[in-house]
Amino acid sequence: MSNRSGLQAILAVPRVCPRKRGMKWVEDGTENALYTSMHDDTWGARVLQEIPLRKDGNEKVRGTARYVADVSYHGMLHAATVRTRQPGGTVVSITFDDHVPWSEYVVVTAKDVPGVNAVKMIEWDQPVLVEAQFRHAGEPVVLVAHPDPQALARAVAAIHIDERACATAPVFTIDEALRPETRRIVADNVYRDYLMAKGSVTDVETTTDLVFEGEYQTGAQEHLYIEPQGMIARVEDGVLIVEGSMQCPYYVHAALVAVTALPEDRVRVQQCTTGGAFGGKEEYPSHIACHAALLALKADGHPVALIYRRGEDMAVTPKRHPSRSRVRLGASHDGRLRFIDIDFVIDGGAYLTLSPVVLSRGVIHAAGPYRCDNVRVRGRAVATNHPPFGAFRGFGAPQSIFALEVALDGLARALGVAPDVLRARNVLVPGDISPAGQKIGGPLDMQRVIDQALEACHYHAKVEACHRWNAQGHAIRKGVGLATFYHGAGFTGNGELTLRSRAGLRVSAAGVVEILTSTTEMGQGMQTTLSRIVAEALRIPYEGVCVARPDTRDVPNSGPTVASRTCMVVGAILVQAARKLIARLCADAALPPSYSYEEFRAACARLPSSDGVTIITADYQHPAGRDWDESTFQGSPYASFAWACYVAEVEIDTTTGEVSVLDFTAAQEVGRVIHPTVAAGQIEGGVVQGIGYALFEEVRFGADGQMANNRVTNYIIPTSADIPPIRALFQESRHGAGPGGAAGIGELPMDGPAPAIINAINAALGTDLRHVPALPEHILAAMEGR
Amino acid sequence: MRIVINGTDREVHSPPDTPLLWVIRDEWGLIGTKYGCGIGVCGACTVHLDTIPIRACSVPVGSLAGHRVTTIEGLSPDGQHPVQKAWIAEDVPQCGYCQSGQIMSAAALLARHPRPTDRDIDTAMSGNLCRCGTYARIRRAIHRAGKDAPYAESS
Repeated sequence: MSNRSGLQAILAVPRVCPRKRGMKWVEDGTENALYTSMHDDTWGARVLQEIPLRKDGNEKVRGTARYVADVSYHGMLHAATVRTRQPGGTVVSITFDDHVPWSEYVVVTAKDVPGVNAVKMIEWDQPVLVEAQFRHAGEPVVLVAHPDPQALARAVAAIHIDERACATAPVFTIDEALRPETRRIVADNVYRDYLMAKGSVTDVETTTDLVFEGEYQTGAQEHLYIEPQGMIARVEDGVLIVEGSMQCPYYVHAALVAVTALPEDRVRVQQCTTGGAFGGKEEYPSHIACHAALLALKADGHPVALIYRRGEDMAVTPKRHPSRSRVRLGASHDGRLRFIDIDFVIDGGAYLTLSPVVLSRGVIHAAGPYRCDNVRVRGRAVATNHPPFGAFRGFGAPQSIFALEVALDGLARALGVAPDVLRARNVLVPGDISPAGQKIGGPLDMQRVIDQALEACHYHAKVEACHRWNAQGHAIRKGVGLATFYHGAGFTGNGELTLRSRAGLRVSAAGVVEILTSTTEMGQGMQTTLSRIVAEALRIPYEGVCVARPDTRDVPNSGPTVASRTCMVVGAILVQAARKLIARLCADAALPPSYSYEEFRAACARLPSSDGVTIITADYQHPAGRDWDESTFQGSPYASFAWACYVAEVEIDTTTGEVSVLDFTAAQEVGRVIHPTVAAGQIEGGVVQGIGYALFEEVRFGADGQMANNRVTNYIIPTSADIPPIRALFQESRHGAGPGGAAGIGELPMDGPAPAIINAINAALGTDLRHVPALPEHILAAMEGR
Repeated sequence: MRIVINGTDREVHSPPDTPLLWVIRDEWGLIGTKYGCGIGVCGACTVHLDTIPIRACSVPVGSLAGHRVTTIEGLSPDGQHPVQKAWIAEDVPQCGYCQSGQIMSAAALLARHPRPTDRDIDTAMSGNLCRCGTYARIRRAIHRAGKDAPYAESS
C-alpha cells in the first residue's frame, strides 16, 4: 500500500503519451470514440495501482465533520411535526389550546403551502401536509417552530387534531389489500401490475419432469442510519437555502420549487455530511426540506431546524417493502430449468412514491441469473395503510432474489441434486439470453465466480463436515448455504436516458481539480472513488483532485445517488469531462501531448479565464444498442450487472433457536475494482445489513399501522459480536459500462446474505423456512414442523 | 456546578436533569459527540467519564459534579491519538456518524487492555452500533492501535 505524500506522488508520475491506443480523442474528438476508449486496457494503468486513503477519513475520526445537527445559526428556531394518529380518515379540525402564547410560535398547516401540496416521485400523490383526507397514521398535519426546544414541546402537546376515521377497517397486509371486499385506497388497491414473460410456461408445464412450488415472504426493514434525518431552512439575500442529510439534492430542489412556488434560481439545496442513508434518504428528505422551508418562509426567512429524534424517524420514514412471492419452478430430472413462474407482490404502503420502480427492479431480478426458455414473472405493488415503503439498498431485488434462491434449494432437494450443482447447471453464460431478453456479453464467467466462492471457503469439505457433525446428535447443528445472483447497475430500463445526467470539473489556475456533481457522499466512498477515476483520466495524482460540496447553486444535476449508479454512470461522465479538459488544455494552454503533473498545473495556469477557474461539463451517453421496452419488460434493463456467489456457514442452537453466522464468503464479478478498500467496505457493510435482514430485523406494526418497535432497544441490528469473518473476493473481467469496465456494486451485497443464510439453516436442520427475518421462535417452530 | 471537560474546568448552566450529551453539544459546542438514539443503546454519544466510557445521552449532567469528561475533541489535539491513526490507516469510517463513539470506546478498551483479543473487542464494542457495517475494520484498527501504540508502555 502506498500512501505517498503529495510531493512524492507528483515526482512519481510517469510521463504518459495520450496518443497511445485508447486515447482517440486527440485525433477525432468524437464522443463515441471516448466511450470506447474507456474500455481500453491502458485505462487504469497508473493511478489504480496505488491505494490512496479515503478522502473523508480524517474529519470523520476527529469528530469535525459537520452533519446537519451540527449546524446552527443565530436565532435559529427548532421545529416539530404534529401528525395523524389513525390509519386513514379525515382531519375534521385542529385545535390550539389557549394557554400557549401562540404569537411566539411559527405555525404552518396545509393552507400555508404556496405551491403544489405534494411531493412527486413518480406521481403527485403524497401530500406535504394533510389538508383533510389522509391514508396512514403519522402523516404530517401541523408544523410548529420556536427558538426554545422546551417551549416547542409544550406547544406540540397543546395542538389537537380531531380525526374522523374511515368507516372501513384499514388494510395492512398484501392479502388484505388484494381481497375484493376490503377498503380501497386506490383502484383495486394495486398501484402497478407488471408482466415479464418469455416463451410459454403453459406450454411446457405439463411435460416437465418435476415442478417445485413454494410461497416466500420477506419483512419490512428499517434503515436505521445512525444519523436521524434532518434539514435546516433559511432565507438569505432572497434565496431559500435548505441544507441537510440527503442522497439526492436535485430531488429536494424540485420538491421545494413545486411546494414553495419559488423560481428555480431562488431555491438552493446543500448536502451536509450525511450519516448513512442506504436508500432511506432518497425520498423522505424532500418532505422534511419542504416542512422546514415552509416554516422558514413564514418566519420571515429565519433559520428553522427540523431534526428528527430516533423514534419519530423510525415510525414515519419509509422502510424496505415487505414482499410475498409464489414461486413455481419446473425442471428436468437432470436439473435443467424448464420454466420459472413467479407471482411477486410488494406492499407499497399508503402512497405510490417509488413503488413502481422498486417493483420493476424486483420483477427483473426475480428469475435470477439463470438460463430458462419459459419465464413468467407477474409483479404487483399494492396499497395498504402503512406509511409508504420506499428505497432501501437493493430496491426490490433482495426480496425477489430471496424467494428464488430459497426455492432453488427446495428444487435441489426435490431433485436430489446438490445446490451448487443445480446453479452451475443453469447459470447464464456469455451468449445466453436473460429472462428479460438481454444478451449476456463476454468476457464474464459466472462459473468462475461460483468456483472462487466455493474454493475460498472450502465449501465441499464444509458440507461434509456439517453432515458428520449433525449426525452425532449435538444440540448445536451446523450448515452451509449459498446463493447466486446478479444485480443491475444504474436506473432500470430507460431511466438513465430520462435523467440525462451531467457532471463537471472545475479547475483553478493553481491546477486544483474539483469534481462537480450532485452525487452525494453518504459513507459509500464516492469522494474517494470519483477522485480516483478523475485522477486516472487526467493522469494526475489523486491528491490533486477533490470533490465540491453538492450544492445546487454550484453543481450540475448528475442524478440521484441511488441504484449503484455513481461509479458506473457518473464515473463515466467524469471521464468524458476529464478528456474534454485535457483537449482544452492541449488546444488553449499548450499542454504537451506527454506531460508531468507540473506541466499539467502550468497549463491550467495558462488557460484563458475571466475569473481564474474553468468549468468543463459532460453529459450522459446511452450505450449503443441498449433498448428497453417498458410495456413488455423485454430488452436490456441495465447497462451492466455485477454477478455474485455468496456462501454462509451457520450454527444453530436447537434448544434456543439462535443462529450464529460463523463464516461468510462473498465472491463477485464487478467488472473493475476502482478502489479496493472502498469496494470491500461496500461488500462487508452490505453483508452485515443482509445478516440483520435474515436473522434479527423484524419491523412490528402497531394497530395504527406504524412501526411499533421504533426504538434501538427493540429493533435489533447486528453488532460487532454478530459478525463473522467476511471474505470479500473480486473478479474483474472489465465487462461493465463504467470507467475501466467497472459495474456498480453498492446494492449487490444486500441481495445474497438472506437466501444464503436461510439455505444454510434449512440444510442444517432439515427445515423448510421460507421467510425472513427468521427469528429464534420461527426456527424452533420450523423444527417442530419438520 | 462545574465539570472538567477535555481538561478545562467549566461551569454548567443547564438544569441538572439535562443529559450530558446536550450540555456537551449545545452548551459547549462540542459537536463531535453525536445523538443517535437518546436511550443509551447505540453508542454514538460515547464519551469518557474519568476513564470509563459512558453514554452521554443517558447521564444527567447533575450527577457528574467534579468529574472529568473527555470527548473526541479532547482525545488528542490534532487527531493523532493512536486509535485515530489506526482508524485512518485501516480506512475504517464510512458515513462516520458513529465513529466518534466507536473511537472513544476503543480508546477506553485499549487503556485497560493494551492487547485485546477479538473477544475482548466484541465485548467492549458491541454497544456501539455501526449501520455501515465497519465492524471488521474496527477490530483490525483496534489490534493495530494496540500494536503500534504507546499504550502498552504507558498503561
